[in-house]
Amino acid sequence: MIEITNLNKTYKAGNRALKNINITIRDGEFVFIMGRSGSGKSTLLKLLLKETEPTSGRIVVNDMDLGKMPRRYVPKYRRRLGVVFQDFRLLKDKTVYENVAFAQRVIGVPTRVIRESVPEMLRLVGLSSKYKSLPRQLSGGEQQRVAIARALINSPEVLLADEPTGNLDAQNSMEIMRLLEEINDRGTTVIVVTHSQEIVERMGKRVITLDKGILAGDAGEGGGVYED
Amino acid sequence: MRISTFWYCLKEGMKNIGRNIWFSLASTAIISACIFLFCMLFALAANVQYMVKRAETTVGITVFFDEGLSEAEILALGDTIGAREEVKETRYISAEEAWENFQKEYFKGVEDLAAGFADDNPLAGSASYEIFLKDISHQGDMVAYLETVPGIRKINYSNDTASGLSSFNRMIGLISAAVIGILLAVAVFLISNTISTAAAFRKDENKIMRLIGATNFMIRAPFVVEGIIIGCAGALIPLVSSYFLYRNMVAYLMEKFNILSNIVEFISIETIFPYMAAVAAALGIGIGFVGSFFTIRKHLRV
Repeated sequence: MIEITNLNKTYKAGNRALKNINITIRDGEFVFIMGRSGSGKSTLLKLLLKETEPTSGRIVVNDMDLGKMPRRYVPKYRRRLGVVFQDFRLLKDKTVYENVAFAQRVIGVPTRVIRESVPEMLRLVGLSSKYKSLPRQLSGGEQQRVAIARALINSPEVLLADEPTGNLDAQNSMEIMRLLEEINDRGTTVIVVTHSQEIVERMGKRVITLDKGILAGDAGEGGGVYED
Repeated sequence: MRISTFWYCLKEGMKNIGRNIWFSLASTAIISACIFLFCMLFALAANVQYMVKRAETTVGITVFFDEGLSEAEILALGDTIGAREEVKETRYISAEEAWENFQKEYFKGVEDLAAGFADDNPLAGSASYEIFLKDISHQGDMVAYLETVPGIRKINYSNDTASGLSSFNRMIGLISAAVIGILLAVAVFLISNTISTAAAFRKDENKIMRLIGATNFMIRAPFVVEGIIIGCAGALIPLVSSYFLYRNMVAYLMEKFNILSNIVEFISIETIFPYMAAVAAALGIGIGFVGSFFTIRKHLRV
């Protein structure tokens, strides 16, 4: 469960990115966060990742109060989240296999475990046959699948996706969305930041709308008003 | 730390060097130059120190006593002097022994001339004490003390040798410290630059690492490993060259200036090299560690 209470974020320049936001996301939910550029979507994601600190308010993720979390605990907290970016952020000089394995290697997972888990994850995202390929040899959709595999390899409780289809065509976008839905069906909470109205409408999931840092709307699955 | 983590850090550190080969080579070269100079200064300082210590055992103070003093009184005075903190050793030379030594030295080959003195010892009343100090720089204080001791007639000492050796030793120490200090700063600066470049190369990778929950240790370790490898390489090259250079130079000097062999004695390579290697290795690893650790802390605030 993610509980965001009276959250405010003002940057040093005086720009108020988020104003008194209150959101609750239950375990296993699939949520879209929508809004135009500068609406505060990315700030919200950064706050959830504990990349930046709120000016005031509280964020609790799976009973962990981020405001009270000691700095040394942040890496362990982040291992419970998976992150996917619009620009994939794959390591160009590593193969598909190495990119996915990297997420486990850097947190000290034994090689024996990596050898079992990476092929399994590549099967899940449909890239088993491309494990030796370098990112530049893959299409945009395939690169995003690698990024999703990397985000999921440590079995996170929450998957945060920042504009995951922003660099993809319509067909690839829907394929990625279906993959995220499949992941959500397995029990992972999925939060997708997007500005694509089309995708949001086609998926029919809960949509939180931000506008100039204010919570402008929270519509439940099928378009109804969301009730906690 | 898991063995896989150790290999990971080592592999990534090596990769950093490979990616950044020219910078790494430049850093290694400068560290090599620094450590080479250090080795030379170390050898010079160690040898000067060695010669000073050697001189301290040969350069001493000789005191002669008033004529009326009995041998027992002279020995008692000798005991008092010998009990002092700065005194390493005293040696009593009786009038007879002094005359014997004199005869050996001056009547070599013409012993008949000495025989003319028969039982008459021209050096009667010349019993003396040779005093050797623990540290030659204390000679002035010791002489001042001896001048106050009743019964001492004359004090012989070489002020120039003592002060010359002490000040030369001090000067070498100061020059070494200053040069090494400057070189260390240059070496740390260069390592720091190399690591900064490596950090810039790996900026995206580090950001991803941070977001997927890598610890500070895991993010920083490859850079520190890189610094230590460069430092080790920077120490190894000058150590090998210093070994052969020192060995050959000492052999050359001793051969060319054979006449000096009684006065000057160098420390053998077998004696000096283990110390030189230990200090140079510590210096190389230290430069690598300090330069990389603090640079990466600054660059990757995680």
